[in-house]
Amino acid sequence: MAEIKEMKQVLFGPVLNNNPIALQVLGVCSALAITTKLETALVMSLALTTVTAFSNLFISLIRNHIPSSVRIIIQMTIIASLVIVVDQILKAYSYEISKQLSVFVGLIITNCIVMGRAEAYAMKSPPFMSFLDGLGNGIGYSVVLIIIGTIKELFGFGTLLGFEILPLIQNGGWYQGNGLLILPFSSFFLIGGLIWVIRTIRPAQVEPKG
Amino acid sequence: MSAKKETLGKTVGVVVAVCLVCSIIVSSAAVGLRDLQETNAAIDKQSNIVEAAGLIDLAAGDISGTFNKYIEERFINLETGEYVDEPKDGYDMYKEAKNPKFSVEVTNSNVGFKQRASIANIYLVKNDAGEVTRLVLPVHGSGLWDLMYGLLAIDADGNTVRELIYYQHKETPGLGGEIQNPSWKAKWDGKKLFDDGKVAIEVNKGDNSNDQYAVDALSGATLTSNGVQNTLTYWAGKNGFGPYLKNQTWKS
Repeated sequence: MAEIKEMKQVLFGPVLNNNPIALQVLGVCSALAITTKLETALVMSLALTTVTAFSNLFISLIRNHIPSSVRIIIQMTIIASLVIVVDQILKAYSYEISKQLSVFVGLIITNCIVMGRAEAYAMKSPPFMSFLDGLGNGIGYSVVLIIIGTIKELFGFGTLLGFEILPLIQNGGWYQGNGLLILPFSSFFLIGGLIWVIRTIRPAQVEPKG
Repeated sequence: MSAKKETLGKTVGVVVAVCLVCSIIVSSAAVGLRDLQETNAAIDKQSNIVEAAGLIDLAAGDISGTFNKYIEERFINLETGEYVDEPKDGYDMYKEAKNPKFSVEVTNSNVGFKQRASIANIYLVKNDAGEVTRLVLPVHGSGLWDLMYGLLAIDADGNTVRELIYYQHKETPGLGGEIQNPSWKAKWDGKKLFDDGKVAIEVNKGDNSNDQYAVDALSGATLTSNGVQNTLTYWAGKNGFGPYLKNQTWKS
């Protein structure tokens, strides 16, 4: 029983209680750049979740053999390989989207969430739990991306996943698209707002005043 | 345990093993998926051309089939406007622009690039009877942020514009990015490139839907609109497709 509870904690904890973007403020760079459309946000979420889960799994599998002097390099090698594989698969099966994501799939390598979880969790924990931890953190990242992607696409372009929800004036409708939301940096405001909301709900996440 | 883990031999061994496994995985993924990726890239390019050809509804998903049936790729020498043989296998005017063998200096133009290839890939759209109905010409030029790559489709009269499709650009979404907006693209249909042999097409402000030589500029994207203007002025002019369009080589 206790094990199942712990598994739940590891898997769903990062969604709200310990969200990698909102609490740990990791991986913000990609959250800024690829959330203009919900579709790219979804694919990016999927790619990052896969990479985090499997890099945690593989690193955890060989954690007792990794010499601590070169552990970061080994982690990077494994993460980089996974990212390249994901990138190749996207190019082969989802060419349009891989074109839109362009360099950002490659940049998952430098995404602090992947590396952070490998170093902080997978190096010390058994493979299955590490896998769940990666999955959980990936989901936490995805939730934020999807929320921001939805807001930005809906109010910036008046569409969701390409379907017209609010008809734009340019296309003969009534809605004036919000130009600010289309630009990458508007995610700063949205992520900031999201952190504010989460910390209002969970005051425990507020950093103690020094 | 930890003391044993840190010996030089073990460290090197682990590193080599990890690298070996990773490189095998990466290279097998790259090799195994290469065919599919190349097909995708080719279909992506073809679908832009099919769209410019106005055949996208007819294609109904069968891009390659439609492309092979109705579209013929030809090569022209831009200076003379004459057809030439394919200079080499898989010739691409954008890749060869800096190859000394094909490179031509671009001077006195604000189109935004310094060199172009001497030979261009163009696409002839034919109907079922084999007559040329449209020409699809590649055009590119500088926008606000970077070069914008597009396809200009014109009628067999060598003058009437049917489509201007940008497929690669880095313009600001919502502003310059509106060059891909269907309602703006629709404004090009029926416009004329040349007035009495001179390049007359303009991108300017105001209500000019009745002016057959002008297209309304994008609001909030003056520099992108200027870029489109410069691109067309260059490519329709004597350094671009001017000689080819004047000779009407496709009719012979």
